[in-house]
This record gives sequence, C-alpha cells and structure tokens, in this order.
Amino acid sequence: MRVAKDLVAASATPIVLGILADGDSYGYAILQRINELSGGELDWTEGFLYPLLHRLERLGHVESDWRTATGERRRKYYRLTEQGLAELAEQRRQWATVVEALKQVWPSVGDFNPLIIPREGTA
Amino acid sequence: MTVTNDPDELEAQFAQWRRYVRRRPELSESDADELEDHLRGSVGQLTALGLHDDEAFLVAVKRMGGLDELSREFAREHSERLWKQLVLTGDTGPRSRSRTDLIVMLICALGAAVSVKVPELFQHSIGYDLDGFYSLNYSLFALPWLAAFLLWRRRAGRLVCGVVAALFVVGAAAANLYPLDTESQSIDVVATHLPIALWFVVGLAYISDGLRSARRRMDFIRFSGEWFVYLTLIGLGGGVLTAFAMGAFNAIGIDLWEFTNLWLLPCGLVSAVVVAGWLVEAKQGVIENIAPVLTRLFTPLFTVGLLAFLVTIGWNGRRIDVDRGNLVLFDLLLVLVLGLLLYSMSARDPMAPAGKFDVMQLVLVASALVMDALVLFTMTGRVAQYGSTPNNSTALGANIVLLVNLIWTAWLLLRFVRRRQPFAVIERWQTTYLPVYAGWMWIVVLVLPPVFAFR
Repeated sequence: MRVAKDLVAASATPIVLGILADGDSYGYAILQRINELSGGELDWTEGFLYPLLHRLERLGHVESDWRTATGERRRKYYRLTEQGLAELAEQRRQWATVVEALKQVWPSVGDFNPLIIPREGTA
Repeated sequence: MTVTNDPDELEAQFAQWRRYVRRRPELSESDADELEDHLRGSVGQLTALGLHDDEAFLVAVKRMGGLDELSREFAREHSERLWKQLVLTGDTGPRSRSRTDLIVMLICALGAAVSVKVPELFQHSIGYDLDGFYSLNYSLFALPWLAAFLLWRRRAGRLVCGVVAALFVVGAAAANLYPLDTESQSIDVVATHLPIALWFVVGLAYISDGLRSARRRMDFIRFSGEWFVYLTLIGLGGGVLTAFAMGAFNAIGIDLWEFTNLWLLPCGLVSAVVVAGWLVEAKQGVIENIAPVLTRLFTPLFTVGLLAFLVTIGWNGRRIDVDRGNLVLFDLLLVLVLGLLLYSMSARDPMAPAGKFDVMQLVLVASALVMDALVLFTMTGRVAQYGSTPNNSTALGANIVLLVNLIWTAWLLLRFVRRRQPFAVIERWQTTYLPVYAGWMWIVVLVLPPVFAFR
C-alpha cells in the first residue's frame, strides 16, 4: 500500500517540521527518518524533499547552515525556527481536528492514530 | 561498466555526476553540494550493505530519480533562478573572478570615456567635426579598450598582445597620417571600413586563447552578434534616460543640450562598447536564448523580402539604378544577410539534422547570391563607364569577397540539406573565411587610399 499523492503533499510540511522539532537534521537523514516512520509507505523522492525544505526556509519556518560534524562531511543542516515551531503547533491543531472528524465518521479507527498524529512531547 | 572497488574511480563518478548537475540552471552550487552529500549518504549505506562502489553508485543515482524531475521541482520552487541569471550581484560561491572582471571592465570603460575627450584638448571638436578627425577615429577610442579587456580576461601571451597593439597603431596611423581631404571619397571609405577592420582585431584578442580553433572563431561570431544586441539595448535605455533627463532639467530652466552632445553621448557610447563586451562575457548563457529567436524571426522575413525584390526585378525587367547611394545600400543589405547567416549558424546546434529552417537559409543564400550577381553586373558597367574610384573599387571588392563566400555556402548548404555532409563542414568554411574579410577590410583601409592618390 502506498499513500496517495495528495495525502503525501498535505502531510509533508507537518512531518518535516515534526522531525526537525526532534533536533536539527539534514536532507538524507530526514528522508531516512520518514522511511523509517512510515515503514517505507510514504514515497518521498529527493525531488520532493529538497524543494520542500527550500520552500520552508523561504517561508521562514526553518533555517539552514553548513556544518561539519567531527568525522563527517560538510552538510547542510536544517533547524526549526520560532515561527516554524508555531507553524507546527498550528498544523497539529488542524490535523487533530481532521483525525477527530475521521474517528467519528469511521468508528473503529483508533489503530492508525500513532502514524498520523505527530508524537507527543516533540514540539 | 566494469565492477571495481577503486575509490578514485568512485570520486571520478561523483565529479562527473556533479558536472552534470551543474549544467542545470535551476540547481545552484549550494544545491549541488546538498544533493551530492545526499548521494554520498546513499552510496555509503549501500556499500555498507555489501554492494561494490560501482553498483552502489548506480543504484543511488537511480534512486535519486531523474535529474529532469528533480530540476523541474527545483525550478518550481526557485523560479526566480531561471530569470535572475542576468543580475550582477554574485553573492554565492567563488565570485572573486567576476569581481576583478568588473573592476577591469570599469577601468577600460572609463579609459574609453576619457580617451574620447582627450583630442578636444588639441583643438579637435567632438560636436562640430569639421576636420573629420572624429569621423575617422571614433572606433579607435572604444575598440582598443574592449580588446584590452578581452586580452586581460584571456591572460593572452605577449606575442598576441603585441600584435593586437601593433594593428591598432597601424590603423591609427592610416587614419591620421594619410592626407585624407574631408571632401574626398577616400575619407568615407576609410571611416567606414576602419571600424570593421579593427573589429577583427578585437576578434583576435577574443580568440587569443585558441587562435587556430574553429570553435573559438565561431564563439567570436556569437560574441559579435550578442555584443550588438547588448549595445542596442544599452543604447535604447541610455536614449530614454537622456531624453527624460533633458526634459526634466529643461523644466527647471537648465539646458542640457551641450552637456549631452559633448559629454554624455560620446563618452557613453565608447564606454557602452566595453560594457556590452563585458556583459556578453559575464553572462554567456543568458542571451543565448535570444539568438535563436532573433534569427528564427528575421531569416524568414529577409528571405521573403529578398525574394519579393528579385521577383519584381524579373517581372518588370527593370535594371537596378546604379547611383552611388544604391550600391552602398545593396552592399549593406548583403552584409546584413551574411551577418544573419553567420549569427544563426553560431546559434545553431551543430549536431541537429537538417530541417526546414536550413532549407529556408538555403533559399536566403540563393537569393542573396542572385542579388549579388545582379549588383556586381551593374557595378562592372559603372566601373567601365566612369573608371575606377575609391568608392566603386571598395564596393566591387566587397562584392567579390561576398560572392565567393555565398557561392560556396550555398553549395555546402545544399549538400547539407540533402544530407550529404554534416553541418560542421559549413561551420568550418565560415570560420576559415573570417580572415579573408579581415584581410579585405585592411586592404581597403591601408592600400586603396594611396593607390587612388587619396582622391
């Protein structure tokens, strides 16, 4: 099962912001993490991730800088800004509303909760 | 591809991939860095799983998805990049080179602006050129500076610099040491041909890093066309600005007429020559897009125009009126056709097969050929009637030089259109012919005036 394109697009921003809320990260690691979180079901390509990151940067939700961690290559790291944090909170509120509505429409929907709602305590 | 585990080879593959990425205008240097890091991460993971370097690289690139898709997405996010190539604030990456370029260009442009005013200290008037000094010399205030800029940019060797400088000196000597009377035909001939002769010297400076290379000569043709486009644009902008400035100052009772005519126009013009050259050099990739458009637009129009003219001649059985003005007009027309031809060839992808556009070019060349033959025919009549003068000898020579080129070009184009030979043959012919034009221009400037006793 693959997640439909529209859904991938809609969930992209909250997912990336949520991952960055866990700590600063770079493109490759973000993509790995998304793979891991969705068990490979979320089909993100590089052509999708990097322009998205650049857009979030342009909007001011994230900041980037080139860093060299010890024993590693020079990498472009992304960091959540104050504004990005606020955006994440807002997105979570909206997603909660959507999930709440879905729960009422589909009675036994509890089992897919953890996948969509960003994990608690990260923001 | 053989499977090896040589780390150098892997690095070479990364470098190659990077070059490929950098060719995309949508992807900046920093994006390339970021994507390369991603690719390296991917390769690292795959080799950790036990794949060979080569295999890992192939799989990782494949996973990365097509670069077309990638750059399309980047283009969507960074659409400004596709437009902004002409902006001169190089704020990312190693731009120190372009900064020094800018400084050298400014020095050359300033030098041109100053040099055009210096002769005024010696009783030559730029506003009322009664002694013909400025008419003869105007190209000498701009083109040496452009050549200097190009020589500097190419880090040209001493020999080339010396030859270029010597040719400028020879041109200056011919213009100023020959006793050319302002009423003579010779002064017109020299004044019109010296700039073109000197333009070929600029060409020498341009290709100083590859004198024998046909590609570099083609680059020079491209450079000439684009330089002309830029110069026209700068001229238009400058004209609008000047008009507004004059109007605005006029409104507060200050007349800028004198300032404009004696300072702004001459200084602006000679420095614009250098600035346009620098713009073409600095942003080679940008205007490239306009060259094919311009030639696609004007080649059909010229073809139709020439054909209409020839049909009219054939229909009415008229002869071309052979007064001096008309001959110059036809010469100019042929030069224009040739310029169009060269420019469109320089903008053409040499690997592309023959198409409709090439057939159109063949028609254009053929009609120019007929026209040239007609003009040549009437011209020889004129020479027979009036004897040779500097004017008609110049025109006659130019026509013969053009005729030779057009005949051979038509033949080569015909063979190309019939798919008997590649386009490169035509390209080579045109680029090898360039020195012939240069030679003729120099003969006109240096040899013809004394031959006709400066009449």
